[in-house]
Amino acid sequence: MFSLEGLTNFIHEWLNGHLPATFALLAEFVLVGVAAIGLFAVLGLGLVWMERKVAAVIQIRLGPNRIGPKGIFQTSADTVKLIMKESLTPANADKFLFNLAPFVVIIVAMLILVPIAFAKAFQIWDINIGVLYVTAVSSLSVIGILMAGWSSGNKYSLLGAMRSGAQIVSYELSAGLSIITIIVLTGSLKISDIVASQENGWWIFKAHIPAIIAFVIFIIAATAETNRAPFDLAEAESELTAGFHTEYGGMKFALFFLSEYINIFIVCAIGATLFLGGWMPFHVGHWAAFNHIMDYIPSSIWFFGKTIFLIFVIMWFRWTFPRLRVDQLLNLEWKYLLPISMFNVLLMTLVAIMGWHF
Amino acid sequence: MFEEIGTTAEGDLLINVGPQHPATHGVLHLVLTLNGEIIKKVEPHLGYIHRSIEKMCESLSYRQFIYVTSRMDYLSAHINNHACALVVEKGLQVEVPLRAQYIRVIMDELTRIASHELWWSAMSMDLGAFTPYFLAFREREKINEIMEETCGARLTMNYMVPGGVMAEPHPDFQKKVKAFVADFKKTLHEYDELITGNIIFQNRMKGVGYLSPEDAISYGCTGPVARASGVKSDIRKIAPYDVYDKVEFDEIIETGGDCFTRYQVRIKEMSQSIRIIEQLIDNIPDGDFQAKTKAVLKLPKGEFYQRVETARGELGVYIVSEGAAQPYRIKFRSPGFSNLSALDHMVRGYKIGDFIAIMGTLDLVIPDIDR
Repeated sequence: MFSLEGLTNFIHEWLNGHLPATFALLAEFVLVGVAAIGLFAVLGLGLVWMERKVAAVIQIRLGPNRIGPKGIFQTSADTVKLIMKESLTPANADKFLFNLAPFVVIIVAMLILVPIAFAKAFQIWDINIGVLYVTAVSSLSVIGILMAGWSSGNKYSLLGAMRSGAQIVSYELSAGLSIITIIVLTGSLKISDIVASQENGWWIFKAHIPAIIAFVIFIIAATAETNRAPFDLAEAESELTAGFHTEYGGMKFALFFLSEYINIFIVCAIGATLFLGGWMPFHVGHWAAFNHIMDYIPSSIWFFGKTIFLIFVIMWFRWTFPRLRVDQLLNLEWKYLLPISMFNVLLMTLVAIMGWHF
Repeated sequence: MFEEIGTTAEGDLLINVGPQHPATHGVLHLVLTLNGEIIKKVEPHLGYIHRSIEKMCESLSYRQFIYVTSRMDYLSAHINNHACALVVEKGLQVEVPLRAQYIRVIMDELTRIASHELWWSAMSMDLGAFTPYFLAFREREKINEIMEETCGARLTMNYMVPGGVMAEPHPDFQKKVKAFVADFKKTLHEYDELITGNIIFQNRMKGVGYLSPEDAISYGCTGPVARASGVKSDIRKIAPYDVYDKVEFDEIIETGGDCFTRYQVRIKEMSQSIRIIEQLIDNIPDGDFQAKTKAVLKLPKGEFYQRVETARGELGVYIVSEGAAQPYRIKFRSPGFSNLSALDHMVRGYKIGDFIAIMGTLDLVIPDIDR
């Protein structure tokens, strides 16, 4: 059976067999770094193409179809264009912060990739506070956005950045609380433990209504945290032209753009891990034969399948909903989602204590 | 005067929306005074697309000046032409054949539907929903094809001439219009399904940008903007021209006065337009498509005025003639200009997002405002 676990073990043993332990470790670091950056590029290109195709299907049109079969190289061509463009810095911008901001945003996006389990035993670092790490690091990206908005010396950027700050900080609460509902059940923040706890069924099926409520809230909060429509107030094309990245062009803009898609991938991956079993195949309780058949589908396919499904849902939102207003956005969080999530955590605790879940 | 960059003396932020901005749909320049997200004042700056159409018309003959007016409100070009043709006919006292009148009114209503569809798509895009744009353009394309077959143009039709229309409609005209009408009746409810019933959309629109009937009258608002505030202003009912007095249709009057009401008025107007077309399309009488007129038209000395209902409101054409082959003075009363003047009154105290929604429901076409 195809498995990425075998590949990583083989590389590890081969390196240790041919190199001293220290150099083997260093070589592994380099490999992981290269693989992460490679994944970054592929994800960015793939998701942009996917978004354009999804939009095209929803909008009764064809989408990119010129470069490569079904236009799959369109985004590569766009990247080449963006690299060749001049990166302007406005005269009244704070040059240091202005140039630093896109890198802050992209580095944060890269850091969150670390604890995500892409397949069975295929993870960069199975840190014991995995989920906490993700929520903690992902909130750093708002610093990059505020930096970009403030340093651009543009009023549209400033408005966009301030909106973004309020939005991300607010929605992190309900995202965090909906993550906690699952942590209550697993009793561990470690990603591998969370996935292992779903061996006899995914949490969304096992943990009754509280898990479904938490899942819905998580998807809404994730959409808001990644600044996606209908919560794209930080960019709000028709209001603030391009919001916090109005003044950015060329590759600096591309980094913001890329990090948006990487963030979507990450929140969807976290959602898939917590609620839909991560790389865990679809298992039903004690149906050994059924579970065994499901195990024949490689774990990486399960993980990417679930993640891409969630990404599709988020893209679907974008192309069908109008945008919220800034006060409605904050009302939704503070008056509805946050109280519901708090109540939901209590409910889930009750479920966990009484052992009502499967 | 104010400083365009920076802040006011009270520490409010001044921000330029336009001349290049995604939501102004043209070269409209608005200076917003902001307190955070709250709008304190809006000041429109006009003139970026002023082409002095009125002055240009004074050097053109009565046949020629009609075509220039297509470039004013380009989304209801046909109706602009209609107004000009009517005022010349009034001066010459020409009886327009009934066949031409029928064709003109059908074309007017098709133009109105096409214009409202474009408004619907553009307004939805202002609110952040992209898909309506393509949905409405699919239907609008059918109207454009009908126009193209008959008039040879899709946007600036130039089909009206003093005394009738320029040519016979295309042989397929009736068939295609009927097919469009049947189709459009089915697709109109899709608009409601996609946008009108959406909870986000309703929250964005309801209770936003209230315009009282008194204010609507005092700012000179006309068209759907005035009718949404409960002001009777449909020229097709008040002063019917051509065959509008022979067809049955309702003037849509709502009393809400907010963005959502203005939205609903336009959506309902589309079905009324369909109703008018349905009554006329099967009964186009035989006869000439154009009255016999002299080669060189000369209006008698005097003043002539004619108003019509465009997709945006009341368009008035005022001509002063000295008896020559060109008008001595010409003046257009455009609906967009008056509707824009109510913007400042409507947006004060609302947020930037509301401002975009209010501007969207005003349905501004900038060349109509500037001329």
